[in-house]
Amino acid sequence: MNDAGAVVDELAERIRAAAAARTPLEIRGGGTKAFYGNPPAGEPFPTTGLAGAVAYEPSELVVTVRAGTPLAELEALLASRDQMLAFEPPHFGAGATVGGCVAAGLAGPRRASAGFAYGGVRDFVLGAKLLDGRGRTLSFGGTVMKNVAGYDVSRALAGSLGVLGVILEVSLKVLPRPPVETTLVFEFDEATALARACAWGARPLPISATAWHDGCLRLRLSGAPAAVGAARRVLGGEAISTPADASYWRQLREQQLPFFAGATALWRVAVPPTAPPLEFGDATLIEWGGAQRWVRTAAPAERVRERVARLGGHATLFRAQDRSSGAFTPLAPALLAIHRRLKAEFDPAGVLNPGRLYAEF
Amino acid sequence: MATAHDGRTAGHDSRRELLDGLRALLGAARVLVEPEDTRPYECDGLTLFRQLPMAVVLPESEGEIVAIVALCRRLQVPVVPRGAGTGLSGGALPRGDGVLLSTAKLDRLLALDPLARTATVQPGVRNLAISEAAAAHGLLYAPDPSSQVACTIGGNVAENSGGVHCLKYGLTVHNVLRVRGVTMDGEIVELGGHAPDAPGLDLLALAIGSEGMLLVVTEVTVRLVPVPQFARCIVASFPDVESAGNAVAALIAAGLVPAGLEMLDRAAARLVEPHAKAGYDLDAAAVLLCESDGTPVEVEEEIARMSAVLREAGATRLQVSRDEAERQRFWAGRKNAFPAAGRAAPAYYCMDGTIPRRHLGAMLKSIQALEAKYDLRVPNVFHAGDGNLHPLILFDDADPDSVRRAEALGDEILAECVRLGGTVTGEHGVGVEKLDAACAQFDADTLDAFRSIKRAFDPTGLLNPGKAIPTLHRCAELGRLRVSGGVPPFPDLPRF
Repeated sequence: MNDAGAVVDELAERIRAAAAARTPLEIRGGGTKAFYGNPPAGEPFPTTGLAGAVAYEPSELVVTVRAGTPLAELEALLASRDQMLAFEPPHFGAGATVGGCVAAGLAGPRRASAGFAYGGVRDFVLGAKLLDGRGRTLSFGGTVMKNVAGYDVSRALAGSLGVLGVILEVSLKVLPRPPVETTLVFEFDEATALARACAWGARPLPISATAWHDGCLRLRLSGAPAAVGAARRVLGGEAISTPADASYWRQLREQQLPFFAGATALWRVAVPPTAPPLEFGDATLIEWGGAQRWVRTAAPAERVRERVARLGGHATLFRAQDRSSGAFTPLAPALLAIHRRLKAEFDPAGVLNPGRLYAEF
Repeated sequence: MATAHDGRTAGHDSRRELLDGLRALLGAARVLVEPEDTRPYECDGLTLFRQLPMAVVLPESEGEIVAIVALCRRLQVPVVPRGAGTGLSGGALPRGDGVLLSTAKLDRLLALDPLARTATVQPGVRNLAISEAAAAHGLLYAPDPSSQVACTIGGNVAENSGGVHCLKYGLTVHNVLRVRGVTMDGEIVELGGHAPDAPGLDLLALAIGSEGMLLVVTEVTVRLVPVPQFARCIVASFPDVESAGNAVAALIAAGLVPAGLEMLDRAAARLVEPHAKAGYDLDAAAVLLCESDGTPVEVEEEIARMSAVLREAGATRLQVSRDEAERQRFWAGRKNAFPAAGRAAPAYYCMDGTIPRRHLGAMLKSIQALEAKYDLRVPNVFHAGDGNLHPLILFDDADPDSVRRAEALGDEILAECVRLGGTVTGEHGVGVEKLDAACAQFDADTLDAFRSIKRAFDPTGLLNPGKAIPTLHRCAELGRLRVSGGVPPFPDLPRF
């Protein structure tokens, strides 16, 4: 067991030295998401020395863990008390860490839901400790559900890809595991699947995930036995057995389904759920009730982004050999100016994951 | 680079230039200058602090807001945004050298999409009006602060408002998808969006709860959720406050997430019962309200599980609402707590700390000890499900010693909240009221980081300066929600 305080001091010292020498650092947890975002550059800066749960109070629905804690370890700890991370984060590899999970800000199938019950990573972040580019340890938020003191910086760290600082520790809201889960399968074409997913989402049904590809809509129901049973009767469809359905959603989350194999660029398209079928790309897989669409296409980035923008959304080049066009949709000038100023405040020397989010900072 | 605004006052000429400029933009009728016209804007729901602004402006469009901001920036005049003015921490307190910008006239519902389950509204639309408009589609906007008949969505965004259903349905930050607004630079920015996970940093999370210091909100897109078909409420009696606190923990530990989970101690129950006739057990040390919503079959199953856990945790009596009228009556008691406190004493302070739920019982014991120490009564109502406390310190505002004791008692409660790992404000905001308390909660580096965020959005430092984030040298003693003669500024609004 290492002394967390000493580890933080060491990391802070290294950041100060790097800032003085203007040496870029590549913040690295398990390295499982290095493919995501713009290519990392700089000297490796591992966070794996910061491991372990700091506090877990199941009756508070809160867990506080150090950033380098393996995600699998955290999930096992929560499962031991019948709880879970409700945003169902992808691991993309055995070494995934909690810090990397929050910094990447990626949520899995459970993000889709009619009510608030589930959501994205930021919806479950309650507090965080951050080591900024000046080597200062900052403490945002806390471990309580309701807290309006100070700006909500800890939520903004979800998806920040380390550009504001190194996440040291994070407090997450957790939820009870639903007692029952079942998956229904429907044979629908794309347009029908989109229309049904939206219509069902507007009704009080315990839908916890949707996925459509290859002419097949899968719907996961989660909740109390009575609620899931009643929803099954309302929805019809064919139920698939529990072990098979659990492994399907895991393979979807981890991008291990055949759809994700192959060398053609993979785009993550985020649109309003009511957007029509995209009508471009070689293949599409639709999640989150229509709001997240995975598209395989070799089309130029500008063309993809332009078409998605017309639908009111944005497109991320998720996996590709060539990321030179930028992983993320460019920011409007006014927003880019705010981003640059934030970067300059938190990391004046620009040494923490420079360029990882946008080439400009 | 401009420095933060430091309270300089506009000279006579620039004041005239400002007023002429504002009238040219809006016409004289929407620029209020005379004290009898600006008086209604001198404070928000926190009446202890009052200040007449140099002018009140009532823009009707985003374009007008851009023009107002540009003029104020050129003349270096601070701008304080205001929604309905129902806030409880002085976030909308005007400045004598500044312009108060009311968003009340931007009150149109722009779009409601039942399939995408979103509503896009201007900032002056009332919280409840969104749910009323969505009801035809079987949808609602979930955050329901007690002032929801009057408070507006722009103010809700500024304060990250909660409500009694937060535990299950989340806060404003969980239910707002997109905010459009004007920064003090005069730029129009869109944060979040109709599609999930807008590119770049999550600036929407920073803007929500920023107390009007980062941008003037001009448009908000909210997420709507299906209206639950059915709800029932349990009122459980407990022989001591600790077992009631432990029952809250036991419910959560059992995997239950009630739609509402509220607690009143005996003093609060006795205070409200004569008026609300809720049927609470007045011999119990504490009563817990525990609500389940969903489909009828789901609710029956959940009520049975909740009842078992509550009994196991030591509840001596359980009443389960038999119909909607009874459920409303159970809630009427809880919702009457603030007015009842107003009737019970010349004045009261409402505290707003949050603590980890497991400390609820111990916290109530500490408050009981403080009642004896300061010789004051403190009935307690809690949003127990999320650990948010509203102790109501009853005192006599005509008696300086009583005022002093009430302030000292309140300080001890907030200090205890921080000590237990909680926060000095769960939902009312820091505003001007809790600047000192915020000093106690955050270290110097973290406060400095907050100022970094302010500078990144507002390099001029002119937008609502001096709120929410204390300066390091700030130490003046500040007050709390103080209500004189039992008549708060919005006497008809429920407060819970």
